[in-house]
Amino acid sequence: MKLRKLANYGPALVLILALLALWQLYVQAGQVSPLFLPAPTAIVAALAHNWPIIYDNTLQTLLETVLGILLATLFGLAMAILLDVSSWMRRAIYPLLVISQTIPMIALAPLLLIWIGPDIRSKLIVVIIYCFFPIAVACADGLASVEPELINLLRSMRATRWQILWMVRLPAALPSFFSGLRIAATYSVVGAIFGEYVGAEKGLGIYMQRATNSFAIAQVFAAIVVTAVLSLLLFGLVSLIERIALPWYHGATYRRA
Amino acid sequence: MDTLKLRARGITKTFHSGRQALETLASIDLTVEAGEFVTVIGPSGCGKSTLFNIVAGIETPGAGTIAIDGVVESERAGKAGYMPQKPLLLPWKTVEENVILGLDVRHVPRKQALAGARELLKRFGLLEFAPHYPATLSGGMSQRVALLRTVLFNPGFLLLDEPFGALDALTRLSCQMWLLDVWQEFRASVLFITHDVREAILLSNRIYVLSARPARVLRVVEARLPYPRQPQQLASPEASQLESELMSLLLKEQQL
Ligand SMILES: Nc1ncnc2c1ncn2[C@@H]1O[C@H](COP(=O)(O)OP(=O)(O)OP(=O)(O)O)[C@@H](O)[C@H]1O
Ligand SMILES: [Mg+2]
Repeated sequence: MKLRKLANYGPALVLILALLALWQLYVQAGQVSPLFLPAPTAIVAALAHNWPIIYDNTLQTLLETVLGILLATLFGLAMAILLDVSSWMRRAIYPLLVISQTIPMIALAPLLLIWIGPDIRSKLIVVIIYCFFPIAVACADGLASVEPELINLLRSMRATRWQILWMVRLPAALPSFFSGLRIAATYSVVGAIFGEYVGAEKGLGIYMQRATNSFAIAQVFAAIVVTAVLSLLLFGLVSLIERIALPWYHGATYRRA
Repeated sequence: MDTLKLRARGITKTFHSGRQALETLASIDLTVEAGEFVTVIGPSGCGKSTLFNIVAGIETPGAGTIAIDGVVESERAGKAGYMPQKPLLLPWKTVEENVILGLDVRHVPRKQALAGARELLKRFGLLEFAPHYPATLSGGMSQRVALLRTVLFNPGFLLLDEPFGALDALTRLSCQMWLLDVWQEFRASVLFITHDVREAILLSNRIYVLSARPARVLRVVEARLPYPRQPQQLASPEASQLESELMSLLLKEQQL
């Protein structure tokens, strides 16, 4: 069973290894200066050599990412419920949410730095702006997709509006919520790093920036590798939580006592 | 005061969408005595479900009064167990949790509610499914679970809107017999909707025949087959005669 799951990733793994090998050969054949484009082995060496510093910065980024995504979830959920209150609310709020997604982060992030300072709060805001939107939209769609007959059934039981929301509509929206959360999880790391890049005391973003400025390109790549791994882990974590939270959605036939 | 479970008097309903008005119910009078099994048949789209929603308190009538247990109240929701055509079981709840949905709404303590649900599932042969998710149930089983959910919420008065309409003939028959068993057990008053004349004759004490939209009551007939009812009784001369009578009545309406 476990083996079969692993086998699912086989093709991707083969492709990645092939690309890495090609890259390695290209650099070793002297087609490009290893200072500009370090070979994969050089990147691994840089990662190992700078591990204590990279690790320290990773923790900071991870903290911002996780906190940011938690706050974005709360905010996204609140927005979804607000959108759901009435069609008037929906028409009032939806355009604002869409506009919030058109803000060029490259312009906003430095402003946040000026307004709030280089501490964690400016990064959290960037992460929240990146992440709440997919959560809010997915959740609002999920809430709206509940069959009207089901709502009527609850109304025939004299359920209140809040009971209908809590007992039927929110649980029914959970699969959509998790789809949104998975997208948000992949955005969140990038958001945190972007926030750090424009100014921070610590974090993978500022680490990359410093490495770039001192032309330590292997170290930049090492940080990129860590970023990718972090994103994948978060994505996997969300998927795992979803599997545990929604066994019925993943083919479980009964609940163990 | 009367001993009627339900008395509906002069119920009308017109739907408005934009400038269009759709007259659906044209003054319906209908009664259900305590413990009686009353069926409403009528052509498709004539307003049967609308009538049910009004009785269940989901819709408000244009005019007329509804008395349940002799009490006229506009906030009627919760006074009847309402079962729509689709089972509408919640996929994230197990069978037993689905059965207690109505009790959850009423804030009945969970332990007590689950104990009641298990007893009911056991009595009607579904206990083995209690911890299962509904996705694994067949259509017939889903309808039985939905019916028990309705019964647990309100065993006294059941509103059943074509509950077996989507089932194959054999499953439908066994569900019908099963429903009679439930009805007898709880001495429930039942208001039942169907398209199916034979189903109406097999199950009911009385049958209301509605006209095409806007619905009026065309006829009220008694089905005097002896109890306990058996499918074979449908072959009796009495039942066949009733069947052809109702059929011709409905066919005339359908053509309109
Ligand atoms: N909320 C509504 N708004 C507007 N029109 C409605 C509404 N509900 C029902 N109708 C219309 O009222 C008519 C009667 O509908 P209803 O569902 O009561 O019929 P029915 O007899 O139950 O039909 P069926 O046998 O197909 O279940 C239909 O023409 C339907 O389109
Ligand atoms: Mg109907």
